[in-house]
Amino acid sequence: MHLDWTALGEVTAVSIGVTVAAVVVFALGVLGIAQVESARERDGGTHALGLAQAGLCFLACAAVVGYGIYLIVPQFH
Amino acid sequence: MDHITFLVAVVIVTALAFDFTNGFHDTANAMATSIATGALKPRTAVLISGVLNIVGAFLSTEVAKTISGGIVDDTLVTPGMIFAGLVGAILWNLLTWLLGLPSSSSHALFGGLVGAVWVGAGSDGVHFDKVVEKVLIPAVASPVVAGIAALLATYLAYRITARARKESVTRGFRLGQIASASLVSLAHGTNDAQKTMGVITLTLISAGALGHDAGPPVWVIASAGLAIGLGTYLGGWRIIRTMGKGLTDIQSPQGFAAEAASTTVILTSAHLGFALSTTQVCSGGILGAGLGRRLAEVRWGTAGRMVIAWLVTLPAAALVGGVSASVVKHGGNIGTAVIALVAAAVAAFIVVVSRRNPIHAHNVNESHEVTLRGTTPTSVGTAA
Repeated sequence: MHLDWTALGEVTAVSIGVTVAAVVVFALGVLGIAQVESARERDGGTHALGLAQAGLCFLACAAVVGYGIYLIVPQFH
Repeated sequence: MDHITFLVAVVIVTALAFDFTNGFHDTANAMATSIATGALKPRTAVLISGVLNIVGAFLSTEVAKTISGGIVDDTLVTPGMIFAGLVGAILWNLLTWLLGLPSSSSHALFGGLVGAVWVGAGSDGVHFDKVVEKVLIPAVASPVVAGIAALLATYLAYRITARARKESVTRGFRLGQIASASLVSLAHGTNDAQKTMGVITLTLISAGALGHDAGPPVWVIASAGLAIGLGTYLGGWRIIRTMGKGLTDIQSPQGFAAEAASTTVILTSAHLGFALSTTQVCSGGILGAGLGRRLAEVRWGTAGRMVIAWLVTLPAAALVGGVSASVVKHGGNIGTAVIALVAAAVAAFIVVVSRRNPIHAHNVNESHEVTLRGTTPTSVGTAA
């Protein structure tokens, strides 16, 4: 019986790394949106930094989703 | 169509029936947390998941070249054994659905085949070292990895958004869940529908209806995709309740973290050639997400019952597969017909029992338990 410990380790490391990174970036994006919305609620103003942060983070997440679709669809390979 | 004998026709129908149970058994994997957190309405969720499963079925070009991925000796496998194995897998899937237990459809199929081949061709036909390598190791490792990933991600997601406006946070993660759940559904369609296509194609090849190395005909792709898509759309609400409500009380950041973890584990493993069960990965992710939020209650009793179901899946499906194989072996066509009728009767019985306490799109989120007895709404502390 042959157990590929390297592959198992790789799956573990990559899975945990990518999941944590993606969720953290998404959470930062949500934080940005929340800042924008609470600023609007408070005084009707905008929160430019929050908006930029949200935009960048969600863009990064969209890229990860795109890469996921690329991996799922064999025609792209 | 001279090559399509009675047995081959029965195998094809049974394979599609398995595909259907596979679909409704696994809807929960992608959609349970989205339904539980309210990210998607129950009907919308199963519709999206069903469509993506069909899309996935048409996208998957690389149909399984082996029925079992090497767990049994494929050269010894006859259509009769495939039939017996499928019967074992279908009955186990229906029983666990009745009990609301998320168990692996792939393990049920492997188990059914192992039992059928063992009885039909002797224990030499079963590669036990492969069973350990392809089933047991991933079954232990993958839910743990998904669980740890979801735990860390959930903890950080709550830390980051702790002081932010609550409604914005909830809505933001709900929207994110729609994307992550859709990815799980698509990945499921490309993986699981192709298993059925592989079974049907290999049966047709062994019957001489297709040449060796032939790909699946269009009607096989279309019927396998439709069977899994319809099954998914029907929704295994009993299992959705257990995964979405039973294991832990899920909020949208947790649901997002759990689905992100499941998607990543499924995709990295597939990329590196690791076979695993979507069901076990997703359950591990949900448990991890439950542990990652402070004050979230994880119901270890439900988790324990689920793990027992995982342990029993392979032997139980193997037992049914083995018994069916021995009847088919000695009874020929009549034996096959008898097994098919008995299986249909047992399936009908399970469906009738489920009617006593039906769970559907409208009541899926109302409780966290799946019981067999009809529940009269009881208030806390009701006296006799």
